[in-house]
Amino acid sequence: MAERQTILEHGAAPDPIASETFEINMGPQHPATHGVLRLLLTLEGETVRSCEPHLGYLHRGVEKIGENKTYLQFIPYTDRLDYLAPLAANVAYALAVEKLLDIQVPERCRVIRVIASEVARISSHLLWLGTHAIDMGAVTMFFYTFRERETLYNLIEELTGARLTTSYTRVGGLTRDMSPEFVQALRAWMPHFAGELVEYGKLLTRNRIWVDRTKDVGIITKEQAIALGMSGPNLRASGLPLDLRRAVPYLDYQDYDFEVPFAEDGDVYARYMIRLEEMRQSLRILEQAVDRLKPGPIWADHPKVVPPIKDKVLTSMDELIHHFMIIAEGMNPPVGEIYQAVEMPKGELGFYIISDGGNAAYRLHIRSPSFVNLQVLETICAGQMVSDVVAIIASLDPVMGEVDR
Amino acid sequence: MLIQWLRLRRTPGVRPVPEERPGPRPAPWRRHDHDPTQVPPRVARLVEEFGDAVQPVLPVFRNDATARVAREKIVQICRHLRDQEGFDFPTDLCGVHTPDGECLFEVVIHLFSTDHHERLRLKVGIGPGEEMPTLTGVWAGMNWHERETYDLVGVPFHGHPNLKRILLPDDFDGHPLQKDFPLKG
Repeated sequence: MAERQTILEHGAAPDPIASETFEINMGPQHPATHGVLRLLLTLEGETVRSCEPHLGYLHRGVEKIGENKTYLQFIPYTDRLDYLAPLAANVAYALAVEKLLDIQVPERCRVIRVIASEVARISSHLLWLGTHAIDMGAVTMFFYTFRERETLYNLIEELTGARLTTSYTRVGGLTRDMSPEFVQALRAWMPHFAGELVEYGKLLTRNRIWVDRTKDVGIITKEQAIALGMSGPNLRASGLPLDLRRAVPYLDYQDYDFEVPFAEDGDVYARYMIRLEEMRQSLRILEQAVDRLKPGPIWADHPKVVPPIKDKVLTSMDELIHHFMIIAEGMNPPVGEIYQAVEMPKGELGFYIISDGGNAAYRLHIRSPSFVNLQVLETICAGQMVSDVVAIIASLDPVMGEVDR
Repeated sequence: MLIQWLRLRRTPGVRPVPEERPGPRPAPWRRHDHDPTQVPPRVARLVEEFGDAVQPVLPVFRNDATARVAREKIVQICRHLRDQEGFDFPTDLCGVHTPDGECLFEVVIHLFSTDHHERLRLKVGIGPGEEMPTLTGVWAGMNWHERETYDLVGVPFHGHPNLKRILLPDDFDGHPLQKDFPLKG
């Protein structure tokens, strides 16, 4: 009563509650942070004043492991970087070591790697779409995308023998050839999925609630994105059509007919639109790649690196010695250093390897796209609402496995 | 409904699929007809501009252009590369512990050009007791890379706005990517 009187007497007194800021932890166990990301938010009411990401909850020292395992032994660790698209990370690592060793894999192997990368891209974008929608309260989307992901995981199991930890590539080749059943199943799935993509668009693209939640939220300008080194769909949504598959082609991507979508808005909605369009383009690449699949060898002709055929290992002394040398001793690349990057679903994944001539890298550095993309949170979250922070994290599509490494 | 429609565009110039190729394409790092014993043009331009502060690394390994840069000039050189040479994209920064080499640490910077799509690698030697100047003033994106390099490799950065550990806990002892860090506890 006394307080009320004071307000009446003095007119507009400063509201003691409004100016108070307080800090809350968002994460590490928060469903909207997609893993173990912890954000220290300074709030004023429901408005975010500053956002400080804390990383490292999933740090496993992968780079140190890379210095102490042979080049072959490191392949399973690449599955665990971006665990939503392990096939693409396998391909990236194999390409890096092949560049170090100066090996060129045969045509069939390259086409299969393209198929693997694009299947991984669609699978990763599907998970992003489902979880992004669930973060925004649209639970239905999750079931649709996970139904398709289940088909994709069955396909990946047919291809590699594992659903998640694929470890599919080897230096100079692949663990196993692509079976006709896989090709048949993929061919049957593609037209079905093209129809599904139209349905996804119908559910969300013009949905009033979805547009209100995502439009003009978390705007990243082109200059900001470049200065931060952002890559992948996040960069393309800010207005720069940079796709490493076009800019620095690898695996003969320049021979495939596909387009690089980009938007100039740089908001959450733009990032949604870009990824939706990217799935369509991946589907186009898959269709061409499947047609391009011709019978042929999947291993490079390089006896010091490529293990001999198993039948010969069991019958011939030389082949047995070779097999043991490659598996136990590993391969010795020449002294030198390389940087090889590929376009992952999340952006530019690069491997920087220094070789001192031994069978393990002297230094193996992983330039992971999510780590770099997450930096933008410090800048763009200020001034947004708490519920928009959820939308922004989801739209950046981070994977903590490769952020923390 | 007042929906501002998104201006989604696609890059023009889609290449048609070639029907018959004369033979297998060479590997990307073999594609450019570049003599590995020659200084790459982008490094040569840098040497012309900055003289002794830039040392080209020869022979060029797998067509990756590399230059060794003096620590004192690195910020100036990076700003020049960003503004004049078009290397505007800070791809990566990492550190290497080289206890047997000339310097204690090497800081390796990878730059990319969003315009002409070339890469450039810069290497900076850091001796004992020396500090690497921060590049956060040139590219904001170097912030976390430098924190990670400090955290895991132990390279000190001079002038960094927030030089704290990033992946490891604040009270962690040592820098795990140094060569003498024990593998087993």
